[in-house]
Amino acid sequence: MGKTPAAVVGVGQTHHRAKREDVSMAGLCREAMDRALEDAGMTLDEIDAIVVGKAPDLFEGVMMPELYLAEALGAVGKPLLRVHTAGSVGGSTAIVAASLVQAGVHRKVLTVAFEKQSESNAMWALSVPVPFVMPVHAGAGGYFAPHVRSYIRRSGAPTHIGAIVAAKDRTNALKNPYAHLHNEGTTVESVLASQMLWDPIRYDETCPSSDGACALVIASEDVATASPNPAWIHGTVMRSEPTTAAERDQVNPQAGRDAAAALWKQAGIASPIDEIDAAEIYVPFSWFEPMWLENLGFAAEGEGWRLTEAGETAMTGRIPVNCSGGVLSSNPIGASGMLRFGEAALQVRGAAGEHQVDGARKALGHAYGGGSQFFAMWVVGADKPSN
Amino acid sequence: MSRTLSAPVTVSFDYTRSVGPVLGRFLTGLRDGRFVGARLGDGRVVVPPPEFDPVTHRATTDFVDVAETGTVTSWTWVSEPVADQPFDRPFAFALITLDGADAPLLHAVDVASPDEISTGMRVRARWAAERTGAITDLVFEPESPEVPRLGAGAPRTSTIGTDPVTGIVTPVSLDYTYAASPEESAFFRGLAEGRIVAQRCPACRKVYVPPRPACPVDGVPTVEEIELSDAGTVTTFCIVNVPFLGQRITPPYVSAYILLDGADIALQHLILDIPVEEVRMGLRVKAVWKPREEWGTTIENISHFAPTGEPDADFATYAHHL
Amino acid sequence: MRDVAVVGFAQRQMQDYDGSPTCAELLVPIFAECYEQTGWTKKDVGFWCSGSSDYLAGRSFSFVSAIDAIGVLPPVNESHVEMDGAWALYEAWLKIQTGEVDTALVFGFGKASAGVLRRTLSLQLDPYTLTPLWPDTVSIAALQARLGIDAGLWDEAAMAEVVNRSLSDAEKNEYAVRAGGSSVEDLLARPMFADPLRKHDAAPVTDGAAAIVLAAGDRAREVRERPAWITGLAHVTDGLHLGTRDLTRSESARRAGAAAGLDGVEIAELHAPFSHQEIVLRRELGLADDVRINPSGGPLSGNPMFTGGAIRIGEAARRIWDGTAGKALGHATSGPALQQNLVCVMEGTI
Repeated sequence: MGKTPAAVVGVGQTHHRAKREDVSMAGLCREAMDRALEDAGMTLDEIDAIVVGKAPDLFEGVMMPELYLAEALGAVGKPLLRVHTAGSVGGSTAIVAASLVQAGVHRKVLTVAFEKQSESNAMWALSVPVPFVMPVHAGAGGYFAPHVRSYIRRSGAPTHIGAIVAAKDRTNALKNPYAHLHNEGTTVESVLASQMLWDPIRYDETCPSSDGACALVIASEDVATASPNPAWIHGTVMRSEPTTAAERDQVNPQAGRDAAAALWKQAGIASPIDEIDAAEIYVPFSWFEPMWLENLGFAAEGEGWRLTEAGETAMTGRIPVNCSGGVLSSNPIGASGMLRFGEAALQVRGAAGEHQVDGARKALGHAYGGGSQFFAMWVVGADKPSN
Repeated sequence: MSRTLSAPVTVSFDYTRSVGPVLGRFLTGLRDGRFVGARLGDGRVVVPPPEFDPVTHRATTDFVDVAETGTVTSWTWVSEPVADQPFDRPFAFALITLDGADAPLLHAVDVASPDEISTGMRVRARWAAERTGAITDLVFEPESPEVPRLGAGAPRTSTIGTDPVTGIVTPVSLDYTYAASPEESAFFRGLAEGRIVAQRCPACRKVYVPPRPACPVDGVPTVEEIELSDAGTVTTFCIVNVPFLGQRITPPYVSAYILLDGADIALQHLILDIPVEEVRMGLRVKAVWKPREEWGTTIENISHFAPTGEPDADFATYAHHL
Repeated sequence: MRDVAVVGFAQRQMQDYDGSPTCAELLVPIFAECYEQTGWTKKDVGFWCSGSSDYLAGRSFSFVSAIDAIGVLPPVNESHVEMDGAWALYEAWLKIQTGEVDTALVFGFGKASAGVLRRTLSLQLDPYTLTPLWPDTVSIAALQARLGIDAGLWDEAAMAEVVNRSLSDAEKNEYAVRAGGSSVEDLLARPMFADPLRKHDAAPVTDGAAAIVLAAGDRAREVRERPAWITGLAHVTDGLHLGTRDLTRSESARRAGAAAGLDGVEIAELHAPFSHQEIVLRRELGLADDVRINPSGGPLSGNPMFTGGAIRIGEAARRIWDGTAGKALGHATSGPALQQNLVCVMEGTI
């Protein structure tokens, strides 16, 4: 039994900043939602259901904030769902919203993901002390840095690969008016000269902490067909594995490999690097670009860095990655995954503005979370899927 | 002895909330000793003003001042207050419809017993002398006809600042009792005796340290107890150069995954007694224990790990643990 | 729509769970019970979805280690909602409806006793104008109860009747953490806690976990002779604003009930954490006098947070499996004063 076709017909996002002191949480969400609705040519009253995504509630100090937000989000009298799958949540929220349409339950679903990180301190929220154990790894960067070291050791990648990614994404971000960081003149050299924070991760190789939101309008076949440029959903997938397990591969996690394999199969893609025109991959630390290129099957194991080094992930390369500037340029955690999914949709709708990849027909949106253990991905296309 | 070890944890943060234009109006009003409500699309006047109109979904723009007096439409008696409520002695919470408003707001009423409050009772705001522009700038009290209070609003002289309120600070402090799983409790109790207790999964036979309430591969608790040596191999690591909130160790320091001999999973700990730039994958290390009198049921009994001086382990011996 | 049924249900409820807030060790035997009921192994489960809360556990990402109880290598198709397990069931039902999978196991878990539950729940309120006053969840329910009393919609005796019936029925529920009926007179003689609520008018603070197994079509028929076929599933939210919502009503419950189709329901498991809320729900759902309410004892006898709603669905499904009812309703609520409501209607034949 196949899924009912569904497409993204509206994408909206906020201007992401370290502190959006001009808005409340409701105002932040509505800024993204109103843009998505305008893009879709719809009003909030037309929406059948609302799906909210957000990372830990400790970030904002509100338990299940969608409850208090229900009225401001226009959810009153409608179904309201709240997804939380760690860092992948923006992606999995979009997938849940898509499934509401793909199941044939609703025709017009609005999904919004947000994080207002300036309400607290992410480092604190992620490092609440646990009795009997010792906090040694120092936040997300400290968590992922050893695995980056493992990748470098396993692949034999030159140590400047991370800097290439950072310089590329920060330069791409200059073409994205919504991006948090607009750091002119970021080069491989300037990245390499930045402070080593969690060796081997340097300051310029880390994502910022942002306030921001992203919203999508996902619609059924009849609605999407009437839209000028729908981004048809060709495949969605979620896979999870444990944070830690004996002999678990933390560099190239099986959940990511399995998810990608299932995704390409669903989307009818035989050779991802040849058939995907743009990829928005969740890269919060620069080295994750080559790591995920391998995990996703764009390159063989140990070879991902060669694509990066050769410039193939630049906007003009074989597989443009994060033309929006990616997570390295904007990171409202709960929304970051949805931004990847939304940016992929913008590419195939030809609506990505200055960071548009010419003639993009199929694009990947990717998100991961936890200890590289939760994966959410989708493929969107300019054409209605034939399968 | 309890099956599990437990200890108190306080999760506490002072949240800094930007309030946006609508709530900013309301909170600025409170600071100035008055109530600002909004007239909604359906004509009702509501306090506090919703940020977006529930009917039109548009941002609220039509603001109306309402009185500081009103009528109790419902109430309850808080016989056992919890921390940070407006009073630390029994008091009333009430829904109060302010004069000029069409819907009630929730607030506290300062009365001495449940006999002194009733539905329909008249109340008025009692403003704090020092106000910051927060809902805690006031409580309500019975509107006593014997003590008429003339004039609208509170004295304006004692407010802090005159600029519009754009943000508030909300302390959130929650006390929890944290419990470790029975399997982890066995590990921590072993540490209190200077032992490193691991357990084997009955299904996959892998040795977990700490033991697990559920083997993440097989979904069953680890059981068969094994005592491990306190020596092992650094599989991978990072050098932490960055200070962060809540940090207890001064950077730079090395946080490493250490594969103890006989274990099938690495443990995270610190590597010291070696210059950070000399720490490497494959380094052989051994636990350095704190003096026995400082031991408790914690991993912190091990101060850190230090090099043993043995030759480095071959990459192949730990490559599948990365 | 595909025919999807509840075919498995396991639960634990307790006053003080002696274990970690991630509840992994509590979930292991619950999953084992689900496998026993279905004859499945984890490989038969197409999709996993859970409901829990970081604030209940007191730490971020508290759900992450709970999935260890599944055994997640090889990796699984899995999701999580920061909601009661009943909404996890909704997400799983959707997943089956898309055709992607045929089976799912949903679960909820929470250790409410780790903190001060009624205070923690103040964090669900408007963070700018309500939470700083820390209105606890019992006080808010009490404000709602008095509104109904003042309006003549119910009285303290009617609330006590709900309690008495619940605690009497709970005597037969091995998982109940509060049980033992007495009489309306006896209950009314007990002291007020949050006037007009007495302690027994509120669900006891409960730790616990529960799992529900869903299967489509023949996969369901393979498991049980009489699967509990889901013939109506809907959920709706109201706004949180306590002033602009008529707290004596629950518009969202009414809408969800109307969408799910409640005609002919014989047994209803209602997730009313406060006695008067059962009266509100009965009215909004239009349940006739002969509908048997909460034969399990209901939430007043045990209400593990983030699981209490899912348990209602499981308890209702059991009455379909054993033939006690031809059509049963499981209801779940979330948020202060019945803000958000889910209705799951199950039938023995389709």
